[in-house]
Amino acid sequence: MHAVDEANQEALRRMLAADPVLIDVIPAAQAIGALKENVLLHAGPPIAWERMCGPLRGAIAGAIVFEGWAADLDEAFTSAAAGAIAFHPNHHFDAVGPMTGITTRSMPLLVVENRTFGNRAYCTINEGLGKVMRFGGNDAEVLTRLAWLRDGLAPVLAAALRAAGGIGLKSLIARGLSMGDEMHQRNVACTSLLLRELAPWLVRAGKDPDVVAQAMQFIAGNDQFFLNVAMAMGKAIMDPVRGIAGSSVVTAMSRNGTDFGIQVSGTGERWFTAPVEMPEGLYFPSFSEKDANPDMGDSTIVETIGLGGFAMAASPAVAGFVGAGSAATAAAVTKAMSEITVGENPEWTIPALDFAGVPTGIDIRLVLETGLAPTINTGIAHREPGIGQVGAGVVKAPMACFAQALSGLAQALGVA
Amino acid sequence: MTREAKPQDLFIDPIRVVNVGLETFAHELESLEVAVIHVDWRPPAGGDPQIADLLSKLGS
Repeated sequence: MHAVDEANQEALRRMLAADPVLIDVIPAAQAIGALKENVLLHAGPPIAWERMCGPLRGAIAGAIVFEGWAADLDEAFTSAAAGAIAFHPNHHFDAVGPMTGITTRSMPLLVVENRTFGNRAYCTINEGLGKVMRFGGNDAEVLTRLAWLRDGLAPVLAAALRAAGGIGLKSLIARGLSMGDEMHQRNVACTSLLLRELAPWLVRAGKDPDVVAQAMQFIAGNDQFFLNVAMAMGKAIMDPVRGIAGSSVVTAMSRNGTDFGIQVSGTGERWFTAPVEMPEGLYFPSFSEKDANPDMGDSTIVETIGLGGFAMAASPAVAGFVGAGSAATAAAVTKAMSEITVGENPEWTIPALDFAGVPTGIDIRLVLETGLAPTINTGIAHREPGIGQVGAGVVKAPMACFAQALSGLAQALGVA
Repeated sequence: MTREAKPQDLFIDPIRVVNVGLETFAHELESLEVAVIHVDWRPPAGGDPQIADLLSKLGS
């Protein structure tokens, strides 16, 4: 067996051995020591303010006001443009965030621990659909909801998770797949399963019945609540796979609305980037592709672990929602993704494919050899700041990232 | 015992086609009710010799 194949088998072994458990919710500054005043994390590979897209700038301005670093949005935009804020990718701090992926010091973060390897990963709490910060929203309604997530939901959710001793995610995902979720654009089953496990602990942990009721109502009313849990889980699974000498397995795929970036196990923390592509999908009433921003978010971490577009066959409803077509098309997408992965996950199976495991461990060599780019299910943000989500669709990872990564891996192995 | 195929048989016997590569050719034949099996194939590495060389060195 070639050394790269051996390294990839080790990568696959670590992915399959992972034991992700949702254990806590804590303030971002407590989870990530680098999150001081005027420091902000965003989705995707590194990017400077001058190259950021509209929704990312809009979300940043909102977060600056949310943290009290500026009195209003105008002052926030001026401050960010003047270089008063330090920007870093979530991925550099064991974290991920959907769409704009904004993380600042007072925001509560979900904590997922990979109990096999002892590492932890973090993600903000999902805000719901529509005008929200992850899609570039930044007005009073958005900031008020964020404040409630921090002051209302997070404390009771944290207390419930601690009392429960954490909630194991591996079997929950297995059940969710059999109930039609792919964990990127459809999370209704996993959200329901999570709430079913959390409910008694929320009731016991809550001091105020109204707060408990609001928390349960919020989770039950947000079909995408579980997305951010799945993302933190994905990050917790993939981080132990980093740095395996010679491995061509992708450890992260991520976008900031301008660039798409990937990281590969055998090349460590190096980013390989290319211009991000525009999703093809369906738009909410009164919006069209003219309103759309190019793809964004760290949520592609779910495809990196074999879910999302890779598990499209489990979720015919998503194929329709994102405009990908029929159930047969969804099955074809999953089968195509199995051509670019090292193996399957025998614990996460798809009933519609005779219980085949989800395609696991993207091999950059197979991507380039076959010409099959990873397929990603995604939300679509308005290109202007402050408006929010306008649709959902499917996007491909740019092949140029994989070509660069192949060259980088060859250099690392001294065969370029 | 099989008879030796002759060029003119092509125009007498039913045509059975294996289409490799561009799928539109297969669709066109299907629309004419010609039996066709499509093979989804494309040149490795998109035909890029530099990528193909690196893939070869990396065990692909």
